[in-house]
Amino acid sequence: MTTRLHVDWTRCDGHGSCVELLPELLVHDEWGFPLSRTGEPDAVVPRQLDDLARRAVSACPLQALRLRS
Amino acid sequence: MTVTSVSAPPMGESRLLADHPGGPVPQVDLRSLVDLLTRAGLTGRGGAGFPTARKLAALDGRRPVIVGNAMEGEPLSHKDAVLLQRSPGLVLDGLDILRHALRPSRTVLALGARVPTPPDRRGIEVRRLADSFVAGQETALVNQLNGHDPVPTDPSTPVFRRGVDGRPTLVLNAETLAQLALVVRHGATWFRSQGLEDDPGTFLISLTESVPGLLDHPGVLEARRGVPLREVLRRGGADPGRVQAVLLGGYHGAWIPGHALDTSLSRPGLAPYGATPGAGIVHLLDQGACPLDVAARVTAYLAGQSARQCGPCLNGLPHMAQTMRRLARPGADPRLLPELERLQVLVTGRGACKHPDGTVRFVASTLRVFDRHVQEHLRGHCDKDHPRRAAR
Amino acid sequence: MSATLTTALWDLGRGSGVAALVAFTVSLVLGIVSRSGREALGLGRFGINEVHRTAALTGVGLVAVHLGSLLFDPYAQLRVVDLAFPFLGSYRPLWLGLGTLAVDLLAVITVVSLLRDKVGPRVFKAVHWATYALWPVALAHSLGTGTDAWTLWMDTIAAACVASVITAVTWRTSPSFASRGWTRAPRQVAR
Repeated sequence: MTTRLHVDWTRCDGHGSCVELLPELLVHDEWGFPLSRTGEPDAVVPRQLDDLARRAVSACPLQALRLRS
Repeated sequence: MTVTSVSAPPMGESRLLADHPGGPVPQVDLRSLVDLLTRAGLTGRGGAGFPTARKLAALDGRRPVIVGNAMEGEPLSHKDAVLLQRSPGLVLDGLDILRHALRPSRTVLALGARVPTPPDRRGIEVRRLADSFVAGQETALVNQLNGHDPVPTDPSTPVFRRGVDGRPTLVLNAETLAQLALVVRHGATWFRSQGLEDDPGTFLISLTESVPGLLDHPGVLEARRGVPLREVLRRGGADPGRVQAVLLGGYHGAWIPGHALDTSLSRPGLAPYGATPGAGIVHLLDQGACPLDVAARVTAYLAGQSARQCGPCLNGLPHMAQTMRRLARPGADPRLLPELERLQVLVTGRGACKHPDGTVRFVASTLRVFDRHVQEHLRGHCDKDHPRRAAR
Repeated sequence: MSATLTTALWDLGRGSGVAALVAFTVSLVLGIVSRSGREALGLGRFGINEVHRTAALTGVGLVAVHLGSLLFDPYAQLRVVDLAFPFLGSYRPLWLGLGTLAVDLLAVITVVSLLRDKVGPRVFKAVHWATYALWPVALAHSLGTGTDAWTLWMDTIAAACVASVITAVTWRTSPSFASRGWTRAPRQVAR
């Protein structure tokens, strides 16, 4: 059961807490928005990063992140 | 329009633009309707081409809202306007059938600025809505009906689960509704008597030209799925020799080069060009036009039509448009090509809707199909016209 | 109640009140400067956000201690009704009332923040703006009600709080703040 990190692009404003917490999954693009390293829009969250991903979802000031299975 | 008793099913390709069959529309329950549409193989005519039966089956158990989409926000498209002008009864028939099968809480027909209001509304809510390129997108349409701005919403909550008034919402293009009505009247076998095995039926084509005079009969015509592009041009009265290329699917579409006019307008036929029949837009590019100049203007238009919600689209598309404009000037820097490549990756899939993805498809197709012309530009020449008029 | 206990409660009440003011000031300042997602103080974006939230919650805890100790201190003459309904107190009713008002605001802001998933980002943001009202009210309350007002140490702390907020707001509203380190067009938050 794969968990994916979904960005609600209508809310995201490039604050960047998520990129800091999940550097294995995300980088900044040149405008500050999170870019998935794997190239697919909703990055797969490996088991060991699950906890950090939850923290990232909670930390986003605009509630732009969600975990989907 | 003559209203006769229920007539025999139309035999040729003229189905949607023929006289209304007359008589009340048959009432079908949901299960039978889904079964009928599955056998008929009807897919959406609004651009995405999703199987209609599946859309109906996806609705939640609660009382839904039905929305007929006649927004027609794409400038090159005219079919929904013509359909509502010529055969509004068919579109309303489709909504009536769904009303009976689904017992919705509301039934809405959403009209864009260029689409005429049907004279008899039959108790259907007809709304004229704010028009823009993205306003006809499914979630944007629902958003506007909910009283918000006509911009897309996050797709992780699909409208068939929660849409207008928080209810499961079925959004179908006006032409799809008309096709649905005919399928219910005349049956699945009849529907499949035109078109292909895996892409049956007919569809409306908006046939337009880059300069006046390319076509004797520009406008909207109806054809079977799988019709060769060459035949469409012939029916429109175009001289194939004067056609440099054909843009299929509007500004989010792809180019068919002028030497490939035997391509059939169907999903499998167009797939090699990265195109789909989409909403039936066929736009002819004349021999004299510089395709890069045209593409630069289109990309600029698309950048301007961004809903300006999502960072990658809002920032990436103007950047792409600017790069395309620089490429459109002969003597362009070859580094513009990898730059376009990079920008395409940056905006694809990173937004609430497919506007950036469609723009990328158009740009990628331009660079592929007009590869030789691109090389000419990089070497410093262009043998085509560059009209010095204000950007669109 | 023994005199020692009364004094202890009174000291605890004052001390926790001042500490709460400092905690909220820290939270407010970090909230102001991190608004853009900019890094500062070597903490990084996530770090600033975390400290912002922790400082706020610490402040809430300190306010609870502040209220608790003063409720039980007979000298403070604080009644339960004064916790929620402002300007009814017998001791310095105006300044105490501001404290009550601050607690009311704090309660709403805290509850909405903890339930932000349920209320959504727009409601959350609208209520969060009330922190700009909360802080000056809390500051005025502490200067007016506290018996330590106008002592050197209290003045120093208050001055430091005010100075840091003014600096933060000035920086925030200055033109250079607009560039977040990224070059990009502003979003139109349409809905």
